Amino acid sequence: MSKKNIKLMQGNEACVEAALMAGMKFFAGYPITPSTELAELSAEKLPRIGGKFIQMEDEIAGIAAAIGGSIAGLKSMTATSGPGFSLKQENIGYAAIAEIPLVIVNVMRGGPSTGLPTSPAQGDVMQAKWGTHGDHAIIALSPQSVMETFDITIKAFNLAEKYRTPVIVLTDEVVGHMREKIEIPEPGDIEIFDRKVPGPGEDYLPYRLEEGDIVPKMAPFGAGYRYHITGLFHDETGFPSNSTDNADIMLKRMISKIEDNREDIVMYDEFMMEDAEYAIISYGSTARTVRNAVKTLREQGMKVGLFRPITIWPSAEKEIKAVGRQVKKIIVAEMNMGQYVQEIERIVKSDAEVFHLGRANGEVLMPIEVVQKAKEVF
Amino acid sequence: MTSEIVQKYFRIENLPHIWCPGCSNGVVTRALTMAIDELGLDQDNVVVVSGIGCSSRAPGYLDFNTLHTTHGRGLAFATGIKLANPKLDVILIAGDGDVSAIGGNHLIHAARRNIDITTIVFNNNIYGMTGGQYSPTTPTAAKGTTAPHGNIDKPFDIAQLAAAAGATYSSRTTAYHVNQMVKYFKDAISNKGFSMVEVASICPTYYGRKNKSGSGVQMMQALKNDFIDKMAYEKLPEEKKEGKHLMGVFKNITLPEYTAEYQRVIDALQGGENNE
Repeated sequence: MSKKNIKLMQGNEACVEAALMAGMKFFAGYPITPSTELAELSAEKLPRIGGKFIQMEDEIAGIAAAIGGSIAGLKSMTATSGPGFSLKQENIGYAAIAEIPLVIVNVMRGGPSTGLPTSPAQGDVMQAKWGTHGDHAIIALSPQSVMETFDITIKAFNLAEKYRTPVIVLTDEVVGHMREKIEIPEPGDIEIFDRKVPGPGEDYLPYRLEEGDIVPKMAPFGAGYRYHITGLFHDETGFPSNSTDNADIMLKRMISKIEDNREDIVMYDEFMMEDAEYAIISYGSTARTVRNAVKTLREQGMKVGLFRPITIWPSAEKEIKAVGRQVKKIIVAEMNMGQYVQEIERIVKSDAEVFHLGRANGEVLMPIEVVQKAKEVF
Repeated sequence: MTSEIVQKYFRIENLPHIWCPGCSNGVVTRALTMAIDELGLDQDNVVVVSGIGCSSRAPGYLDFNTLHTTHGRGLAFATGIKLANPKLDVILIAGDGDVSAIGGNHLIHAARRNIDITTIVFNNNIYGMTGGQYSPTTPTAAKGTTAPHGNIDKPFDIAQLAAAAGATYSSRTTAYHVNQMVKYFKDAISNKGFSMVEVASICPTYYGRKNKSGSGVQMMQALKNDFIDKMAYEKLPEEKKEGKHLMGVFKNITLPEYTAEYQRVIDALQGGENNE
């Protein structure tokens, strides 16, 4: 029995540790509170393993360089918070349409604008999905703890590589800066997925989906396949196409590669949901508040459970619908003025009554507030 | 008849190009392939990156690893590619608006880092793709669709800007001076560091029409007549300096290159015993 690798660390540190274990070799970013530790640790560690770190001139350049690193064949990451996340949006869309694997960490802080730079929030949930212009699918994952930050960062890299897509790790200031005990797994104990590349001498079309593949294979630049990447709608050859028929086919493929694989992408957690008559849906650090409140409410005889989406986008549609059918009423608790609640309302429709408990003043929700809200509406 | 150069380096299937009759983009793009050919670069190892605009469509016609990115951000993408794989020959093609307005910050910082990327600016003094708006290099008093009463801005000197920001090679030529252009491209690509070649270009459709500059041929003749080597300029009598634009090499020095410096950091960390 080898000794367990137990560490005390911050969520932001765990994210970098996991990224390195997942195979990250390239980080480009720009300093911003409360995500800066991600850049600092990447700068410290990457050159030791032959990887590359670069602090770019702005947030836009940070994601652009990270996309460039991925095109050159390296697993790449960038990290930011609210204002920087806004600035990165155009190139998130670029990575989506060009199908470039990339992990973007957004340690959410209070907004809008400069807002509350050192305080937590969950105000970028809708921006994570719709922040870039145009229709596209996206993956966003939200951890509630340091350990989970580690696990979903690994998952984020795997999903980015597997589905050739930008993946957003949507953490928050609480999880990012909180120190907790975590157990770092042995490298052999975790599954790592690398993007599929064309074989030598293969007749390669960069955006041709081959039998048995989820996405087209991706050749790194310089490997002998001279091809074109563009943010314009393009056909299988990678060259721009104005064909509306082609745009339709391509857009539907880009969306369905995510939507049709929800089973693989969607992660969630349930607490005391088996016999629940009321549910509280919450994610990220706020879910910890709710878990505590659920225990209190159970002690007081209320049949309340917690449903916690870990994958925020695509949403756990099937499971949330089932929650709506199981319970009479739902509270959605989140650190914003009402964002993910809209998604829950969309999914559960009239199956259950949906209430919102939220705040965006930089203070976390307290268990007593959740208890009070539950007593008020349940 | 398609020339050997075009056969070898252009994606024939994507031609004809989208550029207007009289546009000089084809001349500059072809000159780039001539420089690459004369240098004997491995086609598989060449990466050509661009942003958005007329000139930024050039990579789509070129048979290399080509990347058409977002407006102004070409150099930031190129920086990621070059740092991730320093063995690649990375070339950026950009227009004046792309590289000096929306992408101006990336230009000065790529130059400051002295990262081994060659930037070729097709400077036609106008936003062509969007229909003739004034750019950061539109001369004062010239007209654009957003400067209908004459431009009151002062233009950037892109070659000098790059040189001042830290480029180790910077030069300016014109679309008329093809032989010099090919030489400058070769020198720029050969320089281990950030290189800038600004090519004064023409846009008869928008700049020309708005400013009554005449046909493409007349605008090419104007490039020939108005641009003068900076050394020759010094020798001109004062009365003949009026209206002349400088071309030539503004900077050509050797300084440590960014990706090589980063590799030194890696080597020191991996080679040393006590680096904790």
